[in-house]
Amino acid sequence: MKRLDSTEIVFKVFAYTFLTVFALFCLYPFVYAISAALSGRVAYYSGKVVLLPVQLQFDAFRDIIFTKRFWISYANTMFVTFYGTIWALGVAILGAYALSKKRLVFRRGFNFYLVFTMWFSAGLVPQFLNYKATQSIFGAMGVMDDKWLVVIAMGMAAFNVVLLRNAFENVPSEIEEAAIVDGAKELQLLSKVYVPMCKSTVATVGLFFGISRWNGYFWARMMIRNRNEWPLQVFIRDQLEEILALEYEATTAYAPNSLIYAMIVCAIIPIMIIYPYIQKYFATGVNVGGVKE
Amino acid sequence: MRVKAESLTAEQLRLQDEQERYYWRDIGRRIMKDWRLYAMLLPMILVFLFWRYFPLYELVTAFKTSDTTVKVMERNFVGFSHFYNLMFGADSPDFWRAFRNTFVLSFYGLLFGFPVPILLALFFSEIKSNFYRGLVQVFTYLPRFVSTVVITSLVTMLLAGGSTFSQPGILAQALVKIGAIPAADAMKGMLYIPKYFRAIYLVSGVWETAGYSSIVFFAAIIGISPTSYEAARIDGATKMQQIKHVVLPGILSTITIMLILRIGELLTIGYEKVLLLYNPYTYSTADVVSTYVFQRAGIRAGATTNQSLASAADLINAVVSMLLVMGANLISRKASDTSLY
Repeated sequence: MKRLDSTEIVFKVFAYTFLTVFALFCLYPFVYAISAALSGRVAYYSGKVVLLPVQLQFDAFRDIIFTKRFWISYANTMFVTFYGTIWALGVAILGAYALSKKRLVFRRGFNFYLVFTMWFSAGLVPQFLNYKATQSIFGAMGVMDDKWLVVIAMGMAAFNVVLLRNAFENVPSEIEEAAIVDGAKELQLLSKVYVPMCKSTVATVGLFFGISRWNGYFWARMMIRNRNEWPLQVFIRDQLEEILALEYEATTAYAPNSLIYAMIVCAIIPIMIIYPYIQKYFATGVNVGGVKE
Repeated sequence: MRVKAESLTAEQLRLQDEQERYYWRDIGRRIMKDWRLYAMLLPMILVFLFWRYFPLYELVTAFKTSDTTVKVMERNFVGFSHFYNLMFGADSPDFWRAFRNTFVLSFYGLLFGFPVPILLALFFSEIKSNFYRGLVQVFTYLPRFVSTVVITSLVTMLLAGGSTFSQPGILAQALVKIGAIPAADAMKGMLYIPKYFRAIYLVSGVWETAGYSSIVFFAAIIGISPTSYEAARIDGATKMQQIKHVVLPGILSTITIMLILRIGELLTIGYEKVLLLYNPYTYSTADVVSTYVFQRAGIRAGATTNQSLASAADLINAVVSMLLVMGANLISRKASDTSLY
């Protein structure tokens, strides 16, 4: 019996229309950003750019490509994302694996220790004082580079550990026992059995860490003292503030805003490249770990 | 457990001691046997200790004088005077305004932001073509992965005011065209007019997160057995009745859990986004507790600074939000046997 009821047809039509419109709304600002970055000054100022570039010019992109500070901040972001993700994911996987073992003594206590940080956080001022103290300790140890402070001290999230722990708990114990009989120790068990079996959750959590590193702004802005160590997001915001303060008409081929649009486009390209490959993992990864009763 | 000592003979006491000792030795042995597990746990414990638990100690700033020339440890205790000041004293108007703004923004965020992903998931499940659904999902998830800085930059430029030589941002122009806002407001710049701040914050929030948040609900809807739909159809249920009697009960536990999570975040309004969108003209609707804290703490120069006062405001916020999440969890456990923690 496949015939659809009339109410079902109405609903279906409505669903298709609504989703299509919503998806276009989600996409539009990014398309507009590309067009605005490629449009000429007069066209942009007079509001003629709506969907496609008007008065095509490539000067904005060219100027961005020749801005040294932009690439320095880009490299800083890559540094923080790469090492930050490895560090946070590594620590989270190890901890989550230990927590997933029922035989762990004081398991409830450790779990509480973890989850409490989701309920209660000390807040801005204590966090700031704490990072300041960490900064001076790092300095005393000879680590003057604030990027390492961002990598090591920031970005750990209890929620991600919980996701991993739940996924590890769902690995059937028979598989583990078989590996133990073969003489595997904890680290081998983890790398040869658990991580491959929970591939989608590990990928999802890795993506969460990576994205939050790539996008991190506030604490990087607060804690990094040297402008040459600023990550991309801090640099973009700084440039935006500079341009918003302009009160006279520019003389370049493009409007100053086009420069920001060009930066935004450059900043989200890496996410666009990685995103389709990893996107297929979310549905399963989040589902397995996200809801636990 | 120790039983009262007087009621026992010396022999029993000795046995009890031995049992206790055995218990601890057993635990010691179990820990030694699994030392690898504890070694794996250690880095995580330390990371949380250093950068999540040590800051808790700094909370004492809220109870001490605000003299920043000496270290926190050396400042004198002043008890609850900062809290009193915030709630009833000279700083209370600003604090309560921030508190109200936080609550209003979060409440509206929950009211409008929470149902949209459920609706989207419901619609996604209607699309039978895997290719088209995948395409639509890719687009709607996308804004979630773009940084707050980029989103706020886009919002700032799309809604920018006009000047003698330039038209307002494209979105402001469109809003004028459909008659949503007067042209004068678009010229002035919507971000500089207090009454628009909440709408801007909420709509951009839904735009940013709705698609991605629908994943969880979509997975739950997909998990409902097709035979339930068939049964409802044979009984002649319309689509609305199917949704009410099959779909909603099927995803109720997911909805409950997500709701608890959201309530827990009720007062933790993302300070980043407000900080990047607001300006002195819109403080009346935009200043939330965390931005108030930020201003008063003088982490970045500006405003009259009072670190202790800021710390106290933050602590009030944190305690209220913890009570909210625990309350929500308790109610849901009582009402539906579904609880998160």
